[in-house]
Amino acid sequence: MFSMRAPGSACPRCRHTKKGGTVAKSSGGNAFVEFQHVQKSYDGEVLVVKDLNLSMPKGEFLTMLGPSGSGKTTCLMMLAGFETATHGEIMLDGQPINNIPPHKRGIGMVFQNYALFPHMTVAENLSFPLEVRKMGKSEREEKVKRALDMVQMGSFGGRRPAQLSGGQQQRVALARALVFQPELVLMDEPLGALDKQLREHMQFEITRLAHELGITTVYVTHDQTEALTMSDRVAVFNDGRIQQLAPPDELYERPQNSFVAQFIGENNTLTGVVKSIDGDKCVVKLDSGEEIDAVPVNVTKAGERTKVSIRPERVEFNKSRLQKGAHTLKAEVAEFIYMGDIFRFRLKVAGNDDFIVKTRNAPDAVRLTPGSEIEIGWLAEDCRALDA
Amino acid sequence: MSETTQTGPMLSADGVPLKTSLARALRRQKTRALLLIAPLLAFVIITFIIPIASMLFRSVENQIVSNTLPQTVAIVGDTTAQEASMDEMLFRVLYLDMYRAVEAKAHTRLGSRLNYEKSGISSLFRTSGRKLETVGEDFEDFFKDADSGMVKGPFWHELMQGEGGEDLLNDRLGLLTDLTSLEASGDLGFTLSGEAAALLPWAARAYADWALFTAIVDEKDVSTKKPWAGVYAALALDLADPATQSAVAAYGGSGAAELQAAVANIADMPATEFRAYFEDIDDKWVAPETWALLKVFGSQYTSGYFLNAVDMKLTPDGIEQRPDNERLYLKLFKRTLIMSMVITVSCIVLGYPVAWLLANLPMRSANVLMILVLLPFWTSLLVRTSAWKVLLQQQGVINDILVWLGFVADDSRLIMMNNSTGTIIAMTHILLPFMILPLYSVMKTIPPTYLRAAKSLGATNWTAFWRVYFPQSVPGIGAGSILVFILAIGYYITPEIVGGTDGVFISNRIAYHISSSLNWGLAAALGTILLAVVMLLYWLYDRIVGIDNVKLGG
Ligand SMILES: Nc1ncnc2c1ncn2[C@@H]1O[C@H](COP(=O)(O)OP(=O)(O)O)[C@@H](O)[C@H]1O
Ligand SMILES: [Mg+2]
Repeated sequence: MFSMRAPGSACPRCRHTKKGGTVAKSSGGNAFVEFQHVQKSYDGEVLVVKDLNLSMPKGEFLTMLGPSGSGKTTCLMMLAGFETATHGEIMLDGQPINNIPPHKRGIGMVFQNYALFPHMTVAENLSFPLEVRKMGKSEREEKVKRALDMVQMGSFGGRRPAQLSGGQQQRVALARALVFQPELVLMDEPLGALDKQLREHMQFEITRLAHELGITTVYVTHDQTEALTMSDRVAVFNDGRIQQLAPPDELYERPQNSFVAQFIGENNTLTGVVKSIDGDKCVVKLDSGEEIDAVPVNVTKAGERTKVSIRPERVEFNKSRLQKGAHTLKAEVAEFIYMGDIFRFRLKVAGNDDFIVKTRNAPDAVRLTPGSEIEIGWLAEDCRALDA
Repeated sequence: MSETTQTGPMLSADGVPLKTSLARALRRQKTRALLLIAPLLAFVIITFIIPIASMLFRSVENQIVSNTLPQTVAIVGDTTAQEASMDEMLFRVLYLDMYRAVEAKAHTRLGSRLNYEKSGISSLFRTSGRKLETVGEDFEDFFKDADSGMVKGPFWHELMQGEGGEDLLNDRLGLLTDLTSLEASGDLGFTLSGEAAALLPWAARAYADWALFTAIVDEKDVSTKKPWAGVYAALALDLADPATQSAVAAYGGSGAAELQAAVANIADMPATEFRAYFEDIDDKWVAPETWALLKVFGSQYTSGYFLNAVDMKLTPDGIEQRPDNERLYLKLFKRTLIMSMVITVSCIVLGYPVAWLLANLPMRSANVLMILVLLPFWTSLLVRTSAWKVLLQQQGVINDILVWLGFVADDSRLIMMNNSTGTIIAMTHILLPFMILPLYSVMKTIPPTYLRAAKSLGATNWTAFWRVYFPQSVPGIGAGSILVFILAIGYYITPEIVGGTDGVFISNRIAYHISSSLNWGLAAALGTILLAVVMLLYWLYDRIVGIDNVKLGG
């Protein structure tokens, strides 16, 4: 529905011309991984992946983000060769790979439960891909050692996977996927089984390694924080389609549709009808009768129904900071939550009882008391009129 | 405890050593657990452990010889077979032992037992029974001529009844209870006179045997009945002794007149030469080989059954191998082991792919396949084996099809039954589920991601299977193999039906000895060896593969 090239052109304030440019060139010759109109159905009735188009340059760290069941793993498995596309073409370094068996693709893979071979030691696990490549013993040992050192597991070579903690297993799995120096590495929710602290640490480790080694990485997760912090670009999946493909900041700040706006970060929505459009500005008449300013993202003409989206931290109650003549809304403070670094308010706005506003705990920050009546507003470019 | 820096035992809050209070806390749990399994435990002990223990015991037990001819065996044990065959004294004792055994009808059983060791000997015992009585009757006639009162019950009762002979009576009672395994209950109505026992030792022993037998086995009154003819033979033995003759002359107790009358006619008494009587009955009795046999097998426990079970035998000259034409069991053991291994390997080869399919097919097809695998379980073993008979015989379905297809000429139909081929085919089929199910339950736990991981690392399908999947399925193979092998090694019905003579197992021989030849001792020895072989293989397996590597699931 939204082609991946759409954001660049639809974006009025594109701050990422460089990366946007890469995307624009995607159909050109330098794409390393490319999906062309790929479809997949397991049962011949339901399309699990619908018309997937994607291209990645060499060295990119791309994350597929989406709710469970949205087809991310399926895409990854098609790329790895464990599932075949029902339709379309997958290219690796300019070559169609649909007919190449998995073991000839030379793609490194990290599985969700690590899939370390339980009957082999850590070193044997790492040695396995080198052995099947008929590498000599001394060379193997050296590479295994280097790979283990790379993930700080140098002294664990003689252990069995069962004797390692989850985090250690994760490192070994990573080392095993990298030890044979693949150019492309796929990771399917590799950190899903770790606790929060370890996960954050490993996120950092993985991105560091990926960038140091210059490998192209496709990373699958359903955790949006992970996607935002690790990736060069994020592909948001829903319902078998890429909803938006963009760098993290663009994704957060300029979601292209209401699914992405809802799925990434916290978001307030108000529903209404477009009253007038004037270039990159529009006025939306809310269902409660009030009017607000917004940026038309995927509304084209007056009279269309729309959902406007505004991030909690972009809401302003200081009228002096708003543009002259900007629309404001009446709001009633329902709740005040002190969270240390930030304040969080729940407001009743235009019939929405769950309108969230966040402010930084700065010296001059106001602490609104529940029950008080205020007026709120925002910069028109922070408020996006999306599909209904 | 070793980690703590504290000295002395760790104490719990109330000052009791931690170990003690832990043990106390666990005791209740243990008691409850024990109560829960108590019914099964009792069942297993009563119906499994005890019968097996008694069966194992039978493989060495040999009391029948010493129970039947106790005093004879005791004498033979202290001498050589050659001397025993010449010893008149021995034959006197044998006469009393045999007489008692014949009355208790135990002599034929002893004959059958000894026949296992030396064929033909059972007839010696069987035919001697009646003739012993004839020997006694000759003496009885002599005493009747001397004084007709001596062949009446009261004479004997008055002579032998008295006090002081309890020890001897108890000895004889012991012999009888060993022989008949009957317990003396209540009053015998008879006590032995010590004086009579001293005066007429042989007669007292023989009479005591008779009296005890009459009171306990026949449950009759001792005081009025005439004793066995054998008792007269014993009396003759006493009276033939000049010392006894003079003692009788001085004797004044009851029956003195009759005894003195007999002594007066002593010249007319038949000779008391029992070796000669036995020689008349059957000259095997005086053959040294017979006594060698009794000497070797007279002990309470014997290795004879075990030696027999490995094609050897115990002879007076030591242990020796049986002649070629009598060897049977080692060959059978070897065949049983080899065929069980072949069956196990066939089960692995046929079962592995099926188990793999079961574990990897989608649910619905896997269920159908599972039903097909389990189907044999729902059909009677006998029916399945008979079905194989229909398939495998020369005019059977398989041969018919092969002939029809032209692979085999009609006059050279394959022989697939009544030989080891038949047994292997049928048993592989019957035992296949026992291989598939453990394999399946182990394979079910191997996630398919391992194979994918291996392939993503560059392994071909075969390498991925062989290096990654197969090693993880080995515990299933181990469990299945142990199951199939142990079941196969003791299988009986299928080899019996389709095995012919070349395809039978050791179990068929065991069954034969239990139900037809009734040589339970040999059957028990064969069974014990089979058990030992299985345990040995299990131990080897544990050493080589490790029993921890056996999984029936999860
Ligand atoms: N092997 C399969 N057979 C049939 N359906 C499948 C199979 N794998 C996944 N699916 C279906 O495809 C859809 C997408 O699955 P998946 O790619 O695993 O999603 P995600 O990884 O985003 O959670 C789901 O609805 C799932 O039920
Ligand atoms: Mg998934």
